[in-house]
Amino acid sequence: MVPLFYIFAVVAILAGLSVVLQRTPVYSALSLIVVLCALAVVYLLLGAEFLAVVQVIVYAGAIMVLFVLVIMLLNAHREEPTDRSRLARILGAPLLIVFLGEVLYAIWRQFPPEQTAAAPAAGAGPRAIGELLFRNYVLPFEVTSILILVAVLGAVVLAKKQI
Amino acid sequence: MVPLAHILALSVILFTLGVAGFILRRNIITIFMCIELMLNAVNLAFIAFARYLGNLDGQIFVFFVIVVAAAEAAVGLAIIIAVQRNRGSLSIDDMNSMKL
Amino acid sequence: MLSSMVISLFLILAKIIVVLTVLMTTVAYAVWLERKVVARIQSRWGPYLVGPHGLLQPVADGLKIFFKEDFVPSEVDRVVFWLAPFLAFSLALLSISVIPFGESITIAGEVIQFQITDLNVGLLFILAVTSLGVYGVALAGWGSNSKYPLLGGLRSSAQMISYELSLGLGLMGVVMLTGSLSLREIVEGQRGLWNIIRQPVGFLIYFTAAVAETNRVPFDLPEGESELVGGFHTEYSSLKFAMFFMAEYANIVTVSCLATLMFFGGWLGPVFGPPLLRALLPVFWFCLKVFCFLFVYIWIRGTLPRFRYDQLMAFGWKFLLPVGLLNVLATGLFLALRSS
Repeated sequence: MVPLFYIFAVVAILAGLSVVLQRTPVYSALSLIVVLCALAVVYLLLGAEFLAVVQVIVYAGAIMVLFVLVIMLLNAHREEPTDRSRLARILGAPLLIVFLGEVLYAIWRQFPPEQTAAAPAAGAGPRAIGELLFRNYVLPFEVTSILILVAVLGAVVLAKKQI
Repeated sequence: MVPLAHILALSVILFTLGVAGFILRRNIITIFMCIELMLNAVNLAFIAFARYLGNLDGQIFVFFVIVVAAAEAAVGLAIIIAVQRNRGSLSIDDMNSMKL
Repeated sequence: MLSSMVISLFLILAKIIVVLTVLMTTVAYAVWLERKVVARIQSRWGPYLVGPHGLLQPVADGLKIFFKEDFVPSEVDRVVFWLAPFLAFSLALLSISVIPFGESITIAGEVIQFQITDLNVGLLFILAVTSLGVYGVALAGWGSNSKYPLLGGLRSSAQMISYELSLGLGLMGVVMLTGSLSLREIVEGQRGLWNIIRQPVGFLIYFTAAVAETNRVPFDLPEGESELVGGFHTEYSSLKFAMFFMAEYANIVTVSCLATLMFFGGWLGPVFGPPLLRALLPVFWFCLKVFCFLFVYIWIRGTLPRFRYDQLMAFGWKFLLPVGLLNVLATGLFLALRSS
């Protein structure tokens, strides 16, 4: 069970690198789908089974389909390397590595690996999430439904050729 | 069980990759995908904490993050389509003026 | 402890091999069944030369497909072109892993369930695999780098994502009545009364959406020959084309299995006799019901004409989705009134 997490963590990181480094947008999108599915397996290992499946259905199965269809529609080609942003290229990578090191150090200090014990897996099935969602968090739930309505209207208006 | 530090390390690495892509890439759709990568890294952190604190609120938050990411992707991609129609290019180097 | 892990691993592998073999044979003979039934509907014979009643026709077709020349057009996007059929085929096979075929059999003290794995979100797993199936079609259309496949691919993926919603909504009524997403528990909940009687509208919504999801007549415009040459699989030949074909039939089998599990009582039926017969009869009832669904699928194919694309999309969004929502609303109302 435990080595499974590390296998999928490595898969996620490699696919994440592929998202950032690929020149063709379609390959980036496919790599992002791999990241999403690897993370879904990690969620499953962490006891969030409902969210793992929701991640695949909504994120990998709907949002990324939208991305892939838009890339096909706009016929996005290979990206040519540009030298417009020399500053970003020179300073970017070292700064990011410094950032990464800092945050990892902070995490290691705060949650030392040996010390943190595993909490028992709480009942995280759909029933438990449903009860929380519709009792304590019913207001954000209704607000997100309005948010989705606004997003649908906005997307239709923005993408129309003439209003 | 997997130590919390390792899961958070994975989350931070993915987040950093997202930030790197956001800064270094020129194609606007790829930049958008790096934003989604960052959101996913944050989702992983939430679920890790939900597990280690025994509190399901983290998972509820991930639920809302996924929903908001969906709405944001829809509107963002519609904007990208409109911008591509107006400027004819998907490179953010060409999107440096507010004038149409 | 180690030996029990090895035994369970061995059992899972054995189950996977058995289920996949049965599934692939079913897919091959579903093609034969379709040709025979459609032929009879059209007052002709269908295949009858190869073997008795043409029963060896699938074998002959399989050999032919393997020996055909596999040509790849020069301008295709290699990675995507190769990925699409494998993706479609493997996803079509994946959803069979959570489908329960029967109760359980006790061999040498070990209780073996007739199911590869019993997820307690099994239904959502099948919906997730269906959602990912859109990629096989969309990538095939785009990777072929040609007009007709691209149009067919875009139309087909738009159709699939539109009808996914209605597919889920048709099933939601059953989930609300049962209170669980595990497929085994949904079947167990039908011991008194089959869900088709409690959720007839849900069944009709689900079945219509399922026919649309699997790109079958009357919703098969994206691959209709007279419209778009071959649709998204125009540029494919030999093995890769066979994979799309098999993926389509495997999807049909999966959808039929799900319909029997959710609405027609799964493996529930009269059981009698010695323990071995008692263990195997549920599997027989399950297979019989799935076969009936396959027949209905083929019957519809031989009978109905094809929808036009805009009619298809309008039907999915303007009729099926609102009816699905009303069904969920009505079921919720009924449950709330019953418990008050």
